[in-house]
Amino acid sequence: MLKEKKKKQQSLHKRHSDLAVANKQLEKLSNGIFANGELPLFSEKIKETDHFPLRPNKLEILQINVGYMCNQVCEHCHVDAGPDRKEIMTRETMEQCLEVIRNTGAHTLDLTGGAPEMNPDFRWFVDEASKAGIKDFIVRSNLTIIRANKKYYDLPEFFKNHNVHVVSSMPHWTRGKTDKQRGEGVFDLSIKALQELNAEGYGMPDSDLRLDLVYNPSGAFLPGDQASMEKEFKHALLEDFGIHFHNLFAITNLPVSRFLDYLIASENYEDYMYSLVEAYNPAAVKNVMCRNTISISWDGYLYDCDFNQMLELKVASKIQHISEYNEDILNDRKIIISQHCYGCTAGAGSSCQGAIAD
Amino acid sequence: MASNNYYDPADLRKFGNITEWSKELGDKFFDYYGKVFEEGALTAREKALIALAVSHTEQCPYCIDAYTKDTLQRGITKEEMMEAIHVGAAIKSGATLVHGVMMMNKVNKLEM
Repeated sequence: MLKEKKKKQQSLHKRHSDLAVANKQLEKLSNGIFANGELPLFSEKIKETDHFPLRPNKLEILQINVGYMCNQVCEHCHVDAGPDRKEIMTRETMEQCLEVIRNTGAHTLDLTGGAPEMNPDFRWFVDEASKAGIKDFIVRSNLTIIRANKKYYDLPEFFKNHNVHVVSSMPHWTRGKTDKQRGEGVFDLSIKALQELNAEGYGMPDSDLRLDLVYNPSGAFLPGDQASMEKEFKHALLEDFGIHFHNLFAITNLPVSRFLDYLIASENYEDYMYSLVEAYNPAAVKNVMCRNTISISWDGYLYDCDFNQMLELKVASKIQHISEYNEDILNDRKIIISQHCYGCTAGAGSSCQGAIAD
Repeated sequence: MASNNYYDPADLRKFGNITEWSKELGDKFFDYYGKVFEEGALTAREKALIALAVSHTEQCPYCIDAYTKDTLQRGITKEEMMEAIHVGAAIKSGATLVHGVMMMNKVNKLEM
């Protein structure tokens, strides 16, 4: 039992798990029920509505992953992030990113990780990036980092001073469900952090300081209706803790990395893939985030999305690194897909901004 | 027959196939079924909890499978789910016990 607990506190990489290798994940996603014809390949499915090959629309979002280090080891994490991950974006790569941020046509800059705040150059980077005049500047904060160490206590104020849009994970409004997915004690720390963000003005009604929450299911099932979930979250968090926030993004867990590992270990993999395929919604394909996003990894490589980044599927373009970034050439590419993509097209669809189907 | 069991979890996915042998009635049923679970005077959430409770009183494994997942997807908590089942169980046991009055009536009539 103790051994099992310790294992859960380590990334798949640290455990030298088979699934720490991207190719092993891709093999799993192409074999079995997808190889024997039980379920259609994603490419076959999108052919039905003439979306193959999938191509980008206008670039709107630059998502930068500044490192895989995190203070948490969430069971569903597609990044396989954790305290033992050492991949961190250097200042040199950040400078290359800044050059791109200053010249991009994208209206949204989205910093993610790991816990992006753990990158030693995070504050410098935010400071510089905020001068570029991007309309929407998002930092994906896991909340607990704000209470993890004294040096992070002033993050709400720092975010406010840079007019950062905070997007935070909160799997449920109850302690049990949250801690099961994200680790013991996470719920209480998250509540405290949300209250501190509220105290700075974040998430308050009529406030321009945006605070949105991300809900993703704590298990092998799909998210419910985003609007209904938002109503319930708002009611419960206000009633129980006096917490306000703006919007809730309901995000589907994609069968990648630790969530894939969980699905296989709990013998839910096949059922889950069936659920995703059965819930396939062609309307969501039109708006999948890979069509308006470029994802940049800690070492400066370019991907169609954060999931493809974790699967090491670089963009299919002669431009593959931030140092040679060219938006026009990049936008003329075919998006790389596999069966994990069903996660973004199920039901109301899913993206880092929540549901996507019109 | 691929299975040696009366109930096979994989059969739940084949529920829609019942239309193959009677399309008109099958379609009518699924139209009706879908309509019932839409938001109405009751919320979809309330209907999901009712469905979960009835799944248990009907002791239908397919329904329990489907509506456990459905309620989880709606963010409904384990405590709410269990309370809903108790409502079903209370009605079931109450329905048994209230027949005790029938038994008592009969005894009173037969005994001197």
